[in-house]
Amino acid sequence: MAKGIMIIVEQRNLQIRKVSLELLSQARKIADATGEPVVAVVLGQGIDELAATVTASGADKVILIDDAKLAEYTTGAYTSVLNKLIRKEEPQAVLIGNTAVGKDLAPRLAQRLGVGLASDCTGMEADSNSFLTFKRPIYAGKAFAHLTSNVRPIMATIRPNTFPVAAPDAARQAEVVKEAAEIDAADLVAILKEVAIAASKRPELTEANIIVSGGRGMKGPENYNILEDLADVVGAAVGASRAAVDSGWKEHKFQVGQTGKTVAPTLYIACGISGAIQHLAGMGSSKFIVAINKDPEANIFNVADYGIVGDLFEVVPLLTEEFKKLVNE
Amino acid sequence: MNIVVFIKQTFDTEAKIVLDGNGKIDANGVNLIINPYDEFAIEEGIKLKEKFGGEVTVVSMGGPRAQEAIRTALAMGIDKGILVNDPEVDNTDEYGRAQILAKAIAQVPYDVILVGRIAIDDGASQIAVRLAEALSIPSVSSVLKLEVAGTQATATREIDGGTETIEVSFPAVITAQKGLNEPRYPSVAGIMKAKKKPLQTLTLADLGLSAGDLSPKMIINEYSLPTPRQGGRKLAGDAAQAANELAKLLREEAKVL
Ligand SMILES: Cc1cc2nc3c(=O)[nH]c(=O)nc-3n(C[C@H](O)[C@H](O)[C@H](O)COP(=O)(O)OP(=O)(O)OC[C@H]3O[C@@H](n4cnc5c(N)ncnc54)[C@H](O)[C@@H]3O)c2cc1C
Ligand SMILES: Cc1cc2nc3c(=O)[nH]c(=O)nc-3n(C[C@H](O)[C@H](O)[C@H](O)COP(=O)(O)OP(=O)(O)OC[C@H]3O[C@@H](n4cnc5c(N)ncnc54)[C@H](O)[C@@H]3O)c2cc1C
Repeated sequence: MAKGIMIIVEQRNLQIRKVSLELLSQARKIADATGEPVVAVVLGQGIDELAATVTASGADKVILIDDAKLAEYTTGAYTSVLNKLIRKEEPQAVLIGNTAVGKDLAPRLAQRLGVGLASDCTGMEADSNSFLTFKRPIYAGKAFAHLTSNVRPIMATIRPNTFPVAAPDAARQAEVVKEAAEIDAADLVAILKEVAIAASKRPELTEANIIVSGGRGMKGPENYNILEDLADVVGAAVGASRAAVDSGWKEHKFQVGQTGKTVAPTLYIACGISGAIQHLAGMGSSKFIVAINKDPEANIFNVADYGIVGDLFEVVPLLTEEFKKLVNE
Repeated sequence: MNIVVFIKQTFDTEAKIVLDGNGKIDANGVNLIINPYDEFAIEEGIKLKEKFGGEVTVVSMGGPRAQEAIRTALAMGIDKGILVNDPEVDNTDEYGRAQILAKAIAQVPYDVILVGRIAIDDGASQIAVRLAEALSIPSVSSVLKLEVAGTQATATREIDGGTETIEVSFPAVITAQKGLNEPRYPSVAGIMKAKKKPLQTLTLADLGLSAGDLSPKMIINEYSLPTPRQGGRKLAGDAAQAANELAKLLREEAKVL
């Protein structure tokens, strides 16, 4: 009998990714409603201290798999270990954040387990027939598929920022179990040579709560500093439209849209962006959208909750000052 | 070096999505394009062939219209095409599709398999990695740079907030991210030549598969369309007034600051 909602917790340098906390928080709610326990799995090296965090975030059981070969994510080692663990634990569901790691790991694991996978979900609900149902955007958010599975475990990757993080409960108790890492030699064929994380004080685009984004209206790469100033007041990430990326002003990793990142922050501030369908596909599910554009007819105003018709070079610095006042209050 | 490139024909990014009478996505009248990321895969395949020799095969699974996508790839410089066209494919999910694609190249020699990072329609980003697993070979996702020396490849891939460098031995699956290369346009001579290049069409029966082997693991309950976003209000006054008003609304009404 399959049991539990398993969350594959993602950590980097012993920092738990925000999306993992979001999943633990939501799994806790479903656990309370259905009676299924929350099982958190943490892979890495020297990870003991993380057990307390995942417990406080909602786990009933924490499985730590500590091994030098798991210090950094590699497809093979992680798949090897998790495939065996899942076969042993037989959870009802396995949930993973839809991060670079999740996107690479989940399909490999699903195929090895011979199960389905609902990828990049933006909704998950308890269901009396099939335990969980998922909602996932298709056609870059122009439609949704609602899906489920009768095969166990039911697997899904969940888009960051889909669920809120609940306040940690330091009084929670969980069973903490350590498992040995059993890695098949055949899974160690790809060798990780180097990880280069660009130093940035700003949050990851897909995880950011606020995004300030600039398009062709920025007129050149040298002008992004005004967006960065605004972003830094509120801890926001900085994004760009494809026009800005194609002009070479910003790297592709900052592109928001159908052929860039899909983001769903609480607040998206579009500066000098016209609102092309491919751009809207990437940010249309943001909770609040602000548009700053000098063209009152720009399509972006059709989706913006608040719009300012004006020259961004005048408006953005003023907004930075206003935000500073609020933050300093 | 033998190379296989998988391409999917997708809706044009301009396409409006509507549901048909059965509540399914309506493909009628929609312009179809090669999935943008697959263009990077095609280009990389042709570049590898130009450098190391060998043969590049393109494989696509889809309806009869997917022939156009294959012909475009052939015009760009791919040597031959395989189309998997079978109405039963519509009833399969990513699990089944990965197995079909794996079977489709059972008779094709390959050192490297190139695919797109994601198909912009279903956007599942599952097929490439599942295919690699079905073939029991390694894969590297979201590759920005590929260097090949003999049977070894060094791939730089995008991760959250940075990059990673991975070494793999062939055969391996590589998924293409924007930045890998600049896809070429088909030349007129290329388009003429493409007409004579071999294009084989296969059904599931040709692959020795039956619908029963491929029954989906996932169940789609329904499709829905998002409620269209309403434009809100434009803030009046000069820039200073508008900025002040916006900050206030974001704090008091939206409660995001
Ligand atoms: C296959 C495909 C995929 C695509 N994928 C993406 C994608 O992922 N992401 C994406 O963004 N686009 C994508 N596009 C491109 C998209 O169609 C648009 O071309 C692009 O989004 C336009 O970027 P923009 O809004 O910055 O530029 P423009 O459309 O040129 O708009 C610039 C805006 O800035 C305003 N402006 C100018 N100066 C000022 C000023 N001083 N103050 C205030 N406002 C000013 C103008 O009024 C205008 O509205 C894709 C296109 C295709 C064909
Ligand atoms: C029950 C069920 C029924 C479904 N029915 C349909 C349906 O009727 N029609 C439909 O379109 N989808 C259907 N789907 C969705 C489908 O299973 C996959 O999601 C989708 O076809 C493949 O995933 P993707 O497009 O997201 O590819 P991704 O995994 O995002 O694609 C990555 C790369 O894989 C390669 N690739 C992907 N698909 C193909 C292909 N067909 N041929 C060659 N290379 C490819 C390309 O290189 C592509 O860039 C169904 C899903 C379920 C669960």
